[in-house]
Amino acid sequence: MSLLEIENLTLSIGEAPILKGVELSVTPGEVMGLVGESGSGKSMTALTVMRLLPHLSRMAGRVTFDGIDILAASEDQMCALRGDDIGMVFQEPMTALNPVKTIGEQVAEGIRWHTRASRAEAEERARAILDRVGLPESKFPLSRYPHELSGGQRQRVVIAIACALKPKLLIADEPTTALDVVLQAQVLDLLRDLVAENHMGLLLISHDLAVVTEMADRITILRHGEVMEAGDTARVLSEQVHPYTRQLAQASVHVPARARADPPRKDEGPSAVPLLRVENLSRHYPGRRLSLFRRGEPTNAVDGVSFSMMPGQSVALVGRSGCGKSTLARMVLALDRPSSGEIRFRGDALTGKSEADLKPARRDMQVVFQDPYGSFDPRQKVERLVAEPLHVLETAPTRAERREMVAHALHEVGLAASDMDKYPHEFSGGQRQRLSIARAIITRPKLVVADEPVSALDVSIRAQILDLFAELNGKLGVAYLFITHDLTVARAITDEVMVMHEGRIVERGKTGEVLDHPQSDAAQELVAAAPDLHRAIARRLQEQG
Amino acid sequence: MSAYLAKRLGIAAVTLVLASLVVFSVLEIVPGDPARLMLGMNASDAQVEQLRDQMGLNAPLIVRYLDWIGGLLTLDFGRSYTYSVPVIDLVAERIAVSLPLALVALTLSTAIAIPVGLYSASRRGEAGDAVAMGAAQLGVAIPNFWFALMLVYLFAVWLRWVPAGGFPGWSAGMWPALKSLLLPAVALALPQAAILARVTRSALIEVLNEDYIRTARAKGMPYRAVLWRHALRNALIPVVTIMGLQFAFLLAGTIIIENVFYLPGLGRLVFQAITQRDLVVVESVVMLLVATVIAVNLIVDLTYAIVDPRLRSRS
Repeated sequence: MSLLEIENLTLSIGEAPILKGVELSVTPGEVMGLVGESGSGKSMTALTVMRLLPHLSRMAGRVTFDGIDILAASEDQMCALRGDDIGMVFQEPMTALNPVKTIGEQVAEGIRWHTRASRAEAEERARAILDRVGLPESKFPLSRYPHELSGGQRQRVVIAIACALKPKLLIADEPTTALDVVLQAQVLDLLRDLVAENHMGLLLISHDLAVVTEMADRITILRHGEVMEAGDTARVLSEQVHPYTRQLAQASVHVPARARADPPRKDEGPSAVPLLRVENLSRHYPGRRLSLFRRGEPTNAVDGVSFSMMPGQSVALVGRSGCGKSTLARMVLALDRPSSGEIRFRGDALTGKSEADLKPARRDMQVVFQDPYGSFDPRQKVERLVAEPLHVLETAPTRAERREMVAHALHEVGLAASDMDKYPHEFSGGQRQRLSIARAIITRPKLVVADEPVSALDVSIRAQILDLFAELNGKLGVAYLFITHDLTVARAITDEVMVMHEGRIVERGKTGEVLDHPQSDAAQELVAAAPDLHRAIARRLQEQG
Repeated sequence: MSAYLAKRLGIAAVTLVLASLVVFSVLEIVPGDPARLMLGMNASDAQVEQLRDQMGLNAPLIVRYLDWIGGLLTLDFGRSYTYSVPVIDLVAERIAVSLPLALVALTLSTAIAIPVGLYSASRRGEAGDAVAMGAAQLGVAIPNFWFALMLVYLFAVWLRWVPAGGFPGWSAGMWPALKSLLLPAVALALPQAAILARVTRSALIEVLNEDYIRTARAKGMPYRAVLWRHALRNALIPVVTIMGLQFAFLLAGTIIIENVFYLPGLGRLVFQAITQRDLVVVESVVMLLVATVIAVNLIVDLTYAIVDPRLRSRS
């Protein structure tokens, strides 16, 4: 018998229809994967089961959990179910814990609430579950506060809260999306073990087809609030009968056609001047103040890094979160001063220059950030936003020239010239990332630094943006420094890859070679942890014979 | 924590010294010779000069500043020019009225504002919220002396529960003294409560949208429990900030209410001292208020650290 049975579930919030006739079931001990792009209704399905929907939500259909009619249940009944029989893990571990309460309080709270256990008893159980999720007492006493833990550790605390009372059903909504691949693999392993130990049902929600394929016995694919396809994971993904399933699968392994697979400057010989040369670059941060007179050990965010890039070359900088990738990028962009070492851009040293002297260099290097929502001023029109970098030109363009340049840049990224009179909120996430790219290329830069430029995008949009990057690389000859923790992206778009670990570059080589035959421990760890759709499907099929 | 504390204390000390310099130099440049004022217009220049010598007004600036500071530190605030009594006696008498008044008013305003803020935030957009916030809007808009007059009319003139004004002094007994402070405290508290309730509401609404509120609800805790246990403490920082500002105001900014109720408070003392050029009194009271505000800010900073562990570990 099913543990959770969703039948013909329809949901609307205000006037907006969210779910249309969703069908889904989870049996005890089973992992059900719920896949879809943003806005498809995955999270809302989960919140319906928890009955934690926003105000003005109207539900119809049937949701049965363990014989209880969820849609008809009273709030008291739901409170008794939540945290006891149904646990939930959320996407964003950095904000999912209350910053002013210790982790012990937060784990013990649910235990005390449901079991009426004494404080000591609840703390003992909290201790046990924290040990179980990999946060041993020696390093993680109950008195720790969330801000003293990393993202991965915080997600373990959230999992401990959700699993403390051994729920029958665990709902995990994008539990690893905010983590780097190595942490992702660890957290997924933990979830898999907990499910097996306690014979829980797991509803795993993700936009990442590879992750779901690795984890789920069965899969449900959602689009615009409707179930496109559902069934056995291995069968659905190996056969790819439904066109949308095929589209998703193809987009998630998409490799753009690149004009030049091999960078041309090979023939120019070693004498050619590199576009960017970084020598022995370091950035130290002073240690945390421990008391009035004492500081902790300084952190070496970037530690003696040297590399160079040729014009037109596309290089990936990969590594786990906190390895120093973004600090390195900020120094390359002259947004942060190195503690020591030198950066030369087209032969000129950047370090120690005044802002006025940096202008020519600023013109030739631009940046694309991760978050297409946060990187635009919502009160300015596209024309001004895209034209922003033009102030670094030697002569300021006239208004007509400026509009002409913006129109051209918009055209190059696949948007219409008329879009320049709109505001950012009128664009979708993918379109906004096109706007960021238009802003980056409007000065005709020689180097674009892209910091996780596609990790906030859905797979199909991501494929389009990767195509755009590839096209501009061929057309404009712009070099890329691609910062990413996603090896699929590195593989898709770059010639060379540099692997960064604890502030140092530990491996560099041709992208294909490094990713297929990693030499350093750090690279091997990354490659082993990265989810791979083909590999996952093959493994599933093998398991089932 | 100790580093945080030391830093806050250091900042407080520096602020106090800077404030004393400002107070001293402002009174130094304002026109009007205290000796001439004390002796009246008919005194001869020689007499004035003699008194100036006696009062130490002819000593060099730095000496006078240090004398003044030394006096403040030993609670010797000097003698009032107009009342010819030690300033400390004057001030002490007035503080005995103003401090209890401020404390009662602040307690009242907090006791009204926090529950109203919680109520409104948890019923955001509903009728109850609209009524509560409409009332708060009125509370902010209506001047407190009008409230005061209405209260006097209702409770003193009509119901005759409390006196309409005046202060019998603490020697008349605890209850009569407190009774005469009750109406002024309510009049002061209402507009403050209105502001504080709005701040509490908006801080709570922001916190209620945080992810950790959802985590807490997913544990199975009812909404009300989540509101008290998780939301309120996180919303406290802006609330405590406003409370600190309000206390400073309540201590000395209450001259209108003091006048309405004929209360011998600090506000009236300063006002009279200014009109009579009783500079020693002005200096002393202003420094006292500055010190109080700095002390309150220090308490507010410490409250931040108690509320938010992240401030403790960062210095």
